[in-house]
Amino acid sequence: MSTEAVVNEEVAAKPASEPLFSKKNRKLISNPLDGDNPITVQILGICSALAVTVKLVPTIMMCVSVLFVLIFSNLSISMLRKVIPSRIRIIVQLLIVASLVAIVDQVLQAYAYDVSKQLSVFVGLIITNCIIMGRLEAFALANKPWPSVLDAVGNGLGYSVILISVAFFRELLGSGSLFGFKVLGENYTGNGVMMSPVGACIVLGLLIWAQRARNGYREEA
Amino acid sequence: MENLLNIGIRSIFVDNMIFAYFLGMCSYLAVSKKISTAVGLGMAVTFVLFMTVPLNWLAYNYIIKEGALTWLNGLGVPKEFADFSKVDLEVLKFIIFIAVVAAFVQLTEMAVEKFSPALYTALGIFLPLIAVNCSILGAALFLPGKEFNFAESAVYGLGSGIGWFLAVVALAAIREKLSYSDVPKPLRGLGITFITVGLMAFAFLSFIGVKLPFGN
Repeated sequence: MSTEAVVNEEVAAKPASEPLFSKKNRKLISNPLDGDNPITVQILGICSALAVTVKLVPTIMMCVSVLFVLIFSNLSISMLRKVIPSRIRIIVQLLIVASLVAIVDQVLQAYAYDVSKQLSVFVGLIITNCIIMGRLEAFALANKPWPSVLDAVGNGLGYSVILISVAFFRELLGSGSLFGFKVLGENYTGNGVMMSPVGACIVLGLLIWAQRARNGYREEA
Repeated sequence: MENLLNIGIRSIFVDNMIFAYFLGMCSYLAVSKKISTAVGLGMAVTFVLFMTVPLNWLAYNYIIKEGALTWLNGLGVPKEFADFSKVDLEVLKFIIFIAVVAAFVQLTEMAVEKFSPALYTALGIFLPLIAVNCSILGAALFLPGKEFNFAESAVYGLGSGIGWFLAVVALAAIREKLSYSDVPKPLRGLGITFITVGLMAFAFLSFIGVKLPFGN
């Protein structure tokens, strides 16, 4: 009885607020993982999906970096959304993202120098990763900070799922290893095509085929 | 001169922005459905690369690089007040590069809109897209690793642009033909496009190891 009373009181006190993880908010995270995936459905952020996925370790570092930049840029743009003049908003967004990427780059150089060398220019290219600009334009400019953070987490994870799957197949078939451990035996001869950009395109193409065959998404073309 | 030709050929074919580095893939996939739009965006990218790579070269060599600001001492800022030969602004390079690109694109868009409405209808709609095209920032970020002089950086920008232009027009041509073929339904659109790009990249792999005609 007492709990019911408390719940009622709370509802009465804050009629406009909704729970932090309401159904709508949970959807913000779960949709981009599959049905509205940033890479395979929205076609955003392809460059890094193809370029950094030769090995799993750099791929995971890349995913973490993108997730970090995405969350904080979405949060800051969402908080600033009412004060940014719309004519110069692209430059404002780019500068916020560029500052965040500079932080990521410095942290990687300080604590993970090898990975930072392997990722080379692709850390800097997080600035022009279309997922980030896309989410800022499509979501953060029109929504409150908390849903924007959830949207960023969802899209960042959706991006990571695809990148890690591509890297899994490329490292397994390309060098017979996973996370640097030989899993296909010492005698496995690496498949050079998988290590090259060609492999990335073909693996991603097949992955998209599999995903669309499963969830029935069709594209007019 | 021969060196410039080598850099041009290398950036068009061997180090092709799309097939060797996958830079600018998002707009590459989005606009390659029709040849006419592909030509428009390709020309806009070529122009912006040709202009912003030398601009960013100037920014890198006279502002960002360690000791690059020494010219301020030459202009009369006393060494005791500030010794610029030790200033290293590498940490700001992302912000400076992207600001140069975004500002240039915005200015070009305004200039084209004012002076040539015909060109604006042909290219203008693509210009805002270009500020976030990875190939523009990518070319700038490759600069510190390549020790170019000013002219070489301009040729590198132009060559990378032409390479991107060729790649996007070729893919658009293939996709126009592809619409007549019987592709399995879930593979249609993005899936088959990726596989096509993969096969095209395969063809471009054959340029690696080509002996360049001029010198080295």
